[in-house]
Amino acid sequence: MVAPGEVAPSGAGALPSDEHQAFRLMRFQLRDYLRSRRFLLMTALTLAIGVILTVVVAHYRGGLVSSPAAFYGSFWGGGVVVLIVFAGIIYGGDAIAGEFQHKTGYFLMGLPLKRGTIYQGKLLAAYLASVTAVVLYLAILLLNGIYYFGMNAFPWQLGASLLLALVYLAALLGTTFLFSSLFKTSAYAILVVAVLFLFGFGIAQDLVESLVKIEPWFLLSYASPVIGNIFANPYPTTSTSFGVTNYVASVPEAVLIMVIYFVVTTVVGYLLFSREQFT
Amino acid sequence: MSGPSLATSGLGKNFGAFVAVQGLDLKIEGAKCVGFLGPNGAGKTTTLKMLTDMIFPSRGEAFINGLSVRQDRKRALSHAGVLIESPEIYPSLSPTEALEMVAELRGVPRGEQPRRIRTALEEVKMSEWAHQKVGRFSKGMKQRIQIASTLVHDPEVLILDEPSTGLDPRGMAEVRAIVREQRKHGRLIFMSSHILSEVTEVCDEVALIDRGKLLFYDTLTNVTARFNGGNAQVDAVFARPLDPSVVNQAIPHLPGVKAVELLDPKRVRLAVPPGPEDQAQILEGLVALKLGLVSFKESAGALEDVYMQQISRGD
Repeated sequence: MVAPGEVAPSGAGALPSDEHQAFRLMRFQLRDYLRSRRFLLMTALTLAIGVILTVVVAHYRGGLVSSPAAFYGSFWGGGVVVLIVFAGIIYGGDAIAGEFQHKTGYFLMGLPLKRGTIYQGKLLAAYLASVTAVVLYLAILLLNGIYYFGMNAFPWQLGASLLLALVYLAALLGTTFLFSSLFKTSAYAILVVAVLFLFGFGIAQDLVESLVKIEPWFLLSYASPVIGNIFANPYPTTSTSFGVTNYVASVPEAVLIMVIYFVVTTVVGYLLFSREQFT
Repeated sequence: MSGPSLATSGLGKNFGAFVAVQGLDLKIEGAKCVGFLGPNGAGKTTTLKMLTDMIFPSRGEAFINGLSVRQDRKRALSHAGVLIESPEIYPSLSPTEALEMVAELRGVPRGEQPRRIRTALEEVKMSEWAHQKVGRFSKGMKQRIQIASTLVHDPEVLILDEPSTGLDPRGMAEVRAIVREQRKHGRLIFMSSHILSEVTEVCDEVALIDRGKLLFYDTLTNVTARFNGGNAQVDAVFARPLDPSVVNQAIPHLPGVKAVELLDPKRVRLAVPPGPEDQAQILEGLVALKLGLVSFKESAGALEDVYMQQISRGD
């Protein structure tokens, strides 16, 4: 029996729908990620960031543990953004480029899959692999929070911030996949993505704000501080670093920037991948 | 359309100014094995990649079972098992998991998967490695798993790019046996190869490409006959050295034998009519001579002669 949306080939059962194939590909890709050295590296980085922040908070305490919102705002907001950037580089940097360089793409391309299905399955797998790091970091955070404030002191902003972090992760992975689609060599793709997210966006934002003096709404890095800012009451409208007053994206602005980044980069990345030839 | 088929219509590919494949018109139908021959850089792999939508044609179209690969890649490739460019499987997966992935993506019913995976691994003699990580395998072992992955969904068409590449002599013999077996299952096998003896042994038909142009596509017998004055060439091997009188008189006088060439004391090459009936009659005649005939088969050397003749003509 062929279910709606499925195609009946000869010789096998019904060919799964595109969505089912993307889900199935994601499962195997995720399994590969979770068994890989990059998963160990990501877990080690997550633990390192968690341990460092645990030690810093335990040592300095003071304002950091003055209230649950202050604690979660600094501990979560400060750490998870860095963590997501690392996850994007590690899981997304060579996700597409690696298919060419390591020749695994030749295996996938022989299967009855649309290119969009491959892109979708890999993006989902990278997203879920990155979420494991976010969840691990959240667990470290909650253990610290429970230690300082007990079981009943979780600010409402924590849930909202977690959702914002997940949207930011999607936007960041969409962007890393776009750059990964530009290259056929893993090292180039990872290098470009790493430079872009660790330095490029930050430098561009500083230049735009200090020299051009306009709101850098077109940069993803402008949106990410919302993950920590949401804990502040009242929500900040500007921030100051090294004596320079900077713009701060409001929650709706930040969400819009992230969603637009995700949609645009995913569409462009897919279009690039769909035109790539396995020469 | 009945039975499996592969077709190309005016298929061409340019890489910048370089014309890799030009005007390729090929129509292959039915359960058979077709050897796709040509020197390095002739356009074999480019053609196979266009047949599987890995690269896009500059002109023309490719079809699997009548379905355009470019317009409907998913349905077209659902009929085919594909092995091109010795690809890699995700290294952390075991052969069983890799084949499970292929089976899942191809829609092999869950209940049938364990049996099909087991059978495919048995066919490529990899059962004892079924649960080891692919990343630790040698190139030859990976190649076997790749071949198994082309069989797991019981395809009608097999597109194989030099399937015995990287295998040791035993592995190559096993690949030949697998290909022969697949032909018996009613599959169409389109296989590129550099090894002419391999093609002679397993293929029914050959297509020769050089500098992106198809030089010919015909049955093995017709090809050797066409370029050898209308005769096919058959090698006969005997258990005992042949007496010169047998070579010069008895064998040439068998009905249908056009010429005899002594290759070594126990081996002769016969020019014979291409028809199977004539060849059967000659075989019976040789048996009747009681010379200890041990083998009588299409000459690999004949294909090599044709190949060299055709390729050097283009130089």
